[in-house]
Amino acid sequence: MKILVPIKRVADPDNANKVKISGDGTEVTSEGLEWKMNPFDEWSLEAALRLTEDGKTKSRVGEVVVVSIGPKDAVATIRQGLAMGAERGILVEGEDKKLDALVVAKILQKIVEKENPDLVVLGKQTVDGDSNLVGTYLAEFLGWPVANYATSIRTSDDGKTLTIVRELDTGAATLEVKGPAVITTSDRILHPHAVKNGVTPDDFAYPESEGGRYASLKGIMAAKKKPVEETSAAALGVDAAPQVSYVSFKLPPARSGSTTFVESAAELVQKLRNEAKVL
Amino acid sequence: MTDVLVVAELLEGKARKTTLSAITAARQIAAGGAIDILVIGEGASNAASELTGFGARKILKAEIAGGYTAEKYVGTVANVAKSGYGAIVATSSSYGKDLLPRVAARIGAGVAPDVSAITVDGGKLVYTRPMYAGNVIGQLTVNTPVQVVTVRQTEFEAAAPSGGSSPVEDVAASIDDVASKVEFKGLEVVKSERPDLAEAEIVVSGGRSLKSADNFKNLLEPLADALGAAVGASRAACDAGYVSADLQIGQTGKVVAPKLYIAVGISGAIQHLAGMKGSKTIVAINKDKEAPIAQVADYFLVADLFDAVPQLTEEIKKVKAAG
Repeated sequence: MKILVPIKRVADPDNANKVKISGDGTEVTSEGLEWKMNPFDEWSLEAALRLTEDGKTKSRVGEVVVVSIGPKDAVATIRQGLAMGAERGILVEGEDKKLDALVVAKILQKIVEKENPDLVVLGKQTVDGDSNLVGTYLAEFLGWPVANYATSIRTSDDGKTLTIVRELDTGAATLEVKGPAVITTSDRILHPHAVKNGVTPDDFAYPESEGGRYASLKGIMAAKKKPVEETSAAALGVDAAPQVSYVSFKLPPARSGSTTFVESAAELVQKLRNEAKVL
Repeated sequence: MTDVLVVAELLEGKARKTTLSAITAARQIAAGGAIDILVIGEGASNAASELTGFGARKILKAEIAGGYTAEKYVGTVANVAKSGYGAIVATSSSYGKDLLPRVAARIGAGVAPDVSAITVDGGKLVYTRPMYAGNVIGQLTVNTPVQVVTVRQTEFEAAAPSGGSSPVEDVAASIDDVASKVEFKGLEVVKSERPDLAEAEIVVSGGRSLKSADNFKNLLEPLADALGAAVGASRAACDAGYVSADLQIGQTGKVVAPKLYIAVGISGAIQHLAGMKGSKTIVAINKDKEAPIAQVADYFLVADLFDAVPQLTEEIKKVKAAG
């Protein structure tokens, strides 16, 4: 099975409250913050690695290709993916400012048409834009089905058919999908039994984890030698223009007032009743 | 002034309340133009009759049997969407976020996703939306002739009925090839006697410090019951299986903005704050007074939750009994 995993670098999401806005309000700047792999993409990469390995012996039984769109130094994020275990990388050079979900999806469409993967697995959203658009756009442009917010992926025939559980506001839906398909992942995709590929023994449980696997030293060394192809939107023949324009950014208003510390449940109830007047 | 199409959301043959927030947003965008409501899915006829009193020019209904997949609905919604509307609107529930982008891609429309406010500047619609887990507020315009908009339920009040009785028209279903690649196998709907998270006036929310599903049940639920509150949870508590995933509040999961939010044993990761910092009054109950939840808490009870929560439940029962 061959899986394409688009990954985006984002400003350190655990410090998202430290991003700044440029003086004229037209740009979000994240100076001083580390670039990290978008967590949802990292989970997708982990899910893709699980789908293409024997979890017990850790031998690879498929191929994972990571692709990122961004400036030249986004290659560091690709190397991180390669160190985790992906076989190859593709960097599509582009300026973040000139990308929106449409342009990104059009670029990914070209990559998919070249690479012919069985699946594209990506995060349901990036933690900076929070838009939830690219996976669905890509599926529509390819004429493929998409399973958004997957919390469980099962296949036993190399991704030709898949049983996918989607997490919804109202509960959970189960779909049977014929590949090739796009899958966007949600929280819980890294549960010990969330991903099954017919190769890893059914009773094998992955360890509980909050993110993708750590790259081993060996993995990091190997990643330096793995191929990373560089291309651009123009070379791929994509000339789409953004459909949306951000006209301004600002920081949210701070919550007014300070924190009142209370000693007891009784004091809390009294304050909520007489001061905040919410009881 | 423009004509706007609202895509209603159905659950088990009924219109979900999310639809009413989309109607409110549609009224703002239409600015005097007509609003039509598209009701699509199994039970569309019933759901259509629930929506005739909201002042829509017409209700369009397409009865499609079986469970929802975007692939099965997209052809029909796209056909209606490109028949003269300036905007297509739904609420950014997991339904709206799944279906509308597919429709937008089909008809070449740009999307303003998860919008919290709509304004007009120089004759152009400007959409405000939280980004970066609510740490940046972005404003965007959509450059395509048809604009697709999904709105936050908590930021657009449910539309009140405006009288009248909109006529209901049938729309032909148009199902294309891609639909055959996805088969809907089942929907497990989570039922609860408690108020819906997105609509509740009070939310009691628990974190990993509760340590077990039993503690959620025996400590948090009685507190929620005493307050008539909805129950929510942090991602960590959902991941650990203490409660079902549909109760997760945060950047992923649900966004709530009740008048009172009580965070029990929740440290307050940025991703959680993104889903609740719009609440009017925020209470934290935590042993660690340095926990990041203090950044947004109005009241902070520094205590062991296993002592404090039962005490709080009793205190609330006392004042409720006293009136």
